[in-house]
Amino acid sequence: MNKRLNRYMPLFVLPTLIAFIIFFVIPFIMGIYLSFTKFTTVTNTQWVGFGNYVRAFKTNNDFTHALWFTVRFTIVSVITVNVFAFLLALALTKSLKGTNVFRTIFFMPNLIGGIVLGYIWNLIINGVLHYFGVDITFDARYGFWGLVILMNWQLIGYMMVIYIAGLQNISGDLLEAASIDGASSATKLFKITIPMVMPSITICMFLTLTNSFKLFDQNLALTSGAPGRETAMLALDIYDTFYGRIGWQGVGQAKAVVFFIIVAIIAFIQLRLTRSKEIDN
Amino acid sequence: MSINSKNKVSAAWLTALLCLLSVIFLAPVFIILINSFKSKLYIMGTPFTLPNPDTFVGFQNYVNGVKSSDLILSFGRSVFITVFSVFAIIFLTSMTAWFIVRVNNAFTKIIYYAFVFSMIVPFQMVMFTMTYTVNVLRFNNPVGIIPVYLGFGSGLSVFMMTGFLRSVPMDLEEAAMIDGCTGPQIFFRIVFPIMKPTLITVAILNAMWIWNDYLLPYLILGSTNKTMPVAIQLAMQGAYGSVDWGGFMAMLVLAIIPIVIFYLFGQKYIIKGVMAGAVKG
Repeated sequence: MNKRLNRYMPLFVLPTLIAFIIFFVIPFIMGIYLSFTKFTTVTNTQWVGFGNYVRAFKTNNDFTHALWFTVRFTIVSVITVNVFAFLLALALTKSLKGTNVFRTIFFMPNLIGGIVLGYIWNLIINGVLHYFGVDITFDARYGFWGLVILMNWQLIGYMMVIYIAGLQNISGDLLEAASIDGASSATKLFKITIPMVMPSITICMFLTLTNSFKLFDQNLALTSGAPGRETAMLALDIYDTFYGRIGWQGVGQAKAVVFFIIVAIIAFIQLRLTRSKEIDN
Repeated sequence: MSINSKNKVSAAWLTALLCLLSVIFLAPVFIILINSFKSKLYIMGTPFTLPNPDTFVGFQNYVNGVKSSDLILSFGRSVFITVFSVFAIIFLTSMTAWFIVRVNNAFTKIIYYAFVFSMIVPFQMVMFTMTYTVNVLRFNNPVGIIPVYLGFGSGLSVFMMTGFLRSVPMDLEEAAMIDGCTGPQIFFRIVFPIMKPTLITVAILNAMWIWNDYLLPYLILGSTNKTMPVAIQLAMQGAYGSVDWGGFMAMLVLAIIPIVIFYLFGQKYIIKGVMAGAVKG
């Protein structure tokens, strides 16, 4: 098949490949190069070595603060989203009436875009805080928990659907056999159900992890970093460094490279974990 | 009490709890909806009150919101960009994916890994240099953005389609080749129809991404050619505190309606598609 097909390469591969190279590969390589230069436009550059990386961490603590804020937000979101999603999935696999309707409702927020989501919760949270005479920009904690609530609302239904699929794969015989042997509900949950849905748990953990870590639209719409830069997450901080101050583009690009490396490490760990799981099974 | 009736009681409690949670999940969208019918003076601060004869303004907010920001144009632009980008992605990446799977050489291996690699790169890494490339090539218009989306969407799309195609046996294609069919004939008559389930999945994932995408169209098209998310963000950001909250609520509702309709009609495919994307990505 190889040879007969090979001559159609221009038709089959080139349109996609050209778009991919022009809009992804070249910008990616340029991005790495530019992170080592001082520039205002792409054609006017001056080599500064690791200067931008040093500036990203040293000049002010915006970046380290954003990193820390993002890590804390990600940990809280991953735990809350997955616990709630798993509990909902358990409830919805108990063959109740109306399961499909509930599933449809819980999944729905996942389809709404980040900007719209951010403004919906901006209105609601400010509406609640109004009774206390403040708004969401008053304290960084409000922004933090606002983002956590938003993230839960958006992702619980999505993760729940994945957990439901995992739970439906567990054979009823196994749970029945355990019941006959006198296992309590808690024992069954921790000794059978949770180990059996471990693949789903891995998937959901990493989905919530990367989604929380890379959050941008929701952050922009809900607080856009206020008060000050206290609730700016990594992606927003990088964006502000690029477009907020002239002469800082190199630093922005250096921050972006650091951001990319962290995301790549997370993805690599995920790959290793899922691979080893597949071998175990 | 017998075990059976005890189960029924707990099932009733669980259903009641799930109903309560459904109300909580739907409340944010409902709150936006009721506020879109209230006078703009009664939204901020008191978003939880229902409209009453004093505050009800009918569809006035919708008229204002649509007028003030050319919302119809933005809506049409979003539809145009989403539809054509998704079609381009579906046709072109499926061809590329088939070529990669059926022609096994160093070239196809390299491009395959390049596509997979692109999936883990966060957008912030390439946003500045990509915007520059697009501007230089003058692709910064609603038609030019389509190949940009092809370039950025090709990673996940090629990955999912090659995953599917590897499980398709070659017998049929080989028979067609012996009968004298050319590469393109085999692809469009035999392979493309077989790929239908994965094409639907990939189309849904890309449509949701492109419809809701904010940063890419904002950087490329800016305020001259606003898409829906850009129009919403700019209506808030550009108003510097003097936001027409009524018109803004109407805009949010108009941004959500197409998604809800799309969801209600294609629910089964959407949940399946999003899950397939999760498990593979």
